[in-house]
Amino acid sequence: MWDLRLPAGLFFLGLGVILCVVGLLFPWRAALAPDVNVNLYSGLTMLVFGGVMLWLAKRAK
Amino acid sequence: MILHPVDYLVLALYFAFVIGIGWLLKKKVSTADEFLTSGRSLPVWITSLAFIATNLGAQEVIGMCASGAKYGIMTAHFYWIGAIPAMLFVGVFMMPFYYGSRARSVPEYLKLRYDEKTRTFNALTFAVMTIFSSGVSMYALGRLFELMLGWSFTNSVLLSAAIVLVYTYLGGLTSAIYNEVLQFFLIVLGFAPLAAIAVFKAGGWGGIQARLAPAMTHAWANMANSHQNPMGIEIFGMVAGLGFVLSFGYWCTNFLVVQRAMAANSMSAARRTPLIAAFPKMFMPLIVILPGIAAVALMQMGGLGANLLGDPQHPDYNQVMNKLMAAFYPSGMLGVGLTALMASFMSGMAGNVTAFNTVWTYDIYQTHIRPNAPDRHYLTVGRISTIVGTLLSIGTAYLATQYNNIMDLLQLVFGFVNAPLFATFLLGMFWKRATGNGAFSGLLSGTGAAALTWGLTVAEGKGGVLGKLHEFPSTMAQNFWIAIMAWTACFVVTVVVSLMTAPKTFAELKNLVWGATDVPKVDHDRKWYHNPVTLAIIVAVLCIILNIYYR
Repeated sequence: MWDLRLPAGLFFLGLGVILCVVGLLFPWRAALAPDVNVNLYSGLTMLVFGGVMLWLAKRAK
Repeated sequence: MILHPVDYLVLALYFAFVIGIGWLLKKKVSTADEFLTSGRSLPVWITSLAFIATNLGAQEVIGMCASGAKYGIMTAHFYWIGAIPAMLFVGVFMMPFYYGSRARSVPEYLKLRYDEKTRTFNALTFAVMTIFSSGVSMYALGRLFELMLGWSFTNSVLLSAAIVLVYTYLGGLTSAIYNEVLQFFLIVLGFAPLAAIAVFKAGGWGGIQARLAPAMTHAWANMANSHQNPMGIEIFGMVAGLGFVLSFGYWCTNFLVVQRAMAANSMSAARRTPLIAAFPKMFMPLIVILPGIAAVALMQMGGLGANLLGDPQHPDYNQVMNKLMAAFYPSGMLGVGLTALMASFMSGMAGNVTAFNTVWTYDIYQTHIRPNAPDRHYLTVGRISTIVGTLLSIGTAYLATQYNNIMDLLQLVFGFVNAPLFATFLLGMFWKRATGNGAFSGLLSGTGAAALTWGLTVAEGKGGVLGKLHEFPSTMAQNFWIAIMAWTACFVVTVVVSLMTAPKTFAELKNLVWGATDVPKVDHDRKWYHNPVTLAIIVAVLCIILNIYYR
């Protein structure tokens, strides 16, 4: 069957990029966590996850 | 809550992907079987993640957070007692019969094992239940987005229904399943940061424990007596009611989840589906329940967190998840959180719609309305019932806006019907002597017993329409005991009536019951992690460790 790791990887890579860009360029912080760059950290996690998915998809080919 | 364009971008990206996946799968779906059952072709990592994703709904995410804030870590029992044991059981003991019987649905298994009337009873009640479940969760989502974002109820309902309809119509069950896996990843990645930050800011688990009443942060310590804990339950009622009847009744017999396991590409994969699913499932409390508990601690810490539960005199627990997201997620991640909520709702809805169209097409239409038509006809019926099912769900969502009490009543009735089911399946799969008449009478008696128990007891002002024999300390306790009564009645009646009616022949029972099935021998040179029993033991040990840590 068609490999889901490819679109899943792309999706999270995309989200990761969006969040990292926002996290780096815009100083938005949430009210109760003013010292934590939530967007950047979450974005990096998603980039890693997306990357792993794509790597697994490539390895399976 | 104000949304920034980037939040809408995240939502749009998600919609594009789920529809895109549906579109790409369209070519792979050319027979009714592929559309409705995925033709038994999916790998185990996909079926297992879909297995839990389809069960996860937005109501669970919001509801578990709310329960966490209200009852504390005891809420985790819904997972550790109320789901894990049942998931292990269905994988190790029941999947050989579901998968080996080659039934295309759970009601079809009942037809093969018992008889037509038992199947039809199950098919009809299940079909109605999926439509209403779908509709009720659509209603919940619509109300939620209306409250959180000010979106029109109608728009949220129609938009989310439309998207699910598009991808399930195009790609059938496979599309629903693939998207459920995507939705699962999104739910975890979308809510785990919230849990992490909320707990961290509340002082870590140690800090939370120090600040809150012990009953909130100990899952087992106050269970001896129902008056010692906020949930009002005691060990036996919980273990037997929740741990056994209700959870086994759901995980072992509900076609919504079983359908995902049945779509696996081998018997081993089908058996391992619920087992592998149990791994992430047991850690879900850390993602959905802990934030609620942290919110209580944060509220006590004052400052900006003081408002997390709303008015301290009348806390609104259902708002906790929203408020946490507004408080901890800046724009960007906020969009991800909302999309994750949308995703959790959609995975539940797609599950209901694909279970509905299969049961309708095979168990109702093909059985009673038009048997022996060519496959192409059933593919069309499958597609049409997907549309009809979605429209009916939307209708139900609107019904819920008019008649709130009707929804409660319906949930109650479905509870009555579900509770005895596990007894029917247990006897069917492990006792060769169980017969169709026994099963049918058992189901009716069980449902009746549930209704009777509810009618004769009171809890928190509910029930007791026929009299007041007993008062329970909470509606949860009442639900557990209704389930126990229903299961017992079904079990006893099924046994008694089976013994009074003609037994089935060995040939009729081939691959359907213990003792008449070639139970798959474990291949000794296969990898250890392919062995269902090994996996089940690992899950059980991990789950016990979690329970000990949070006792």
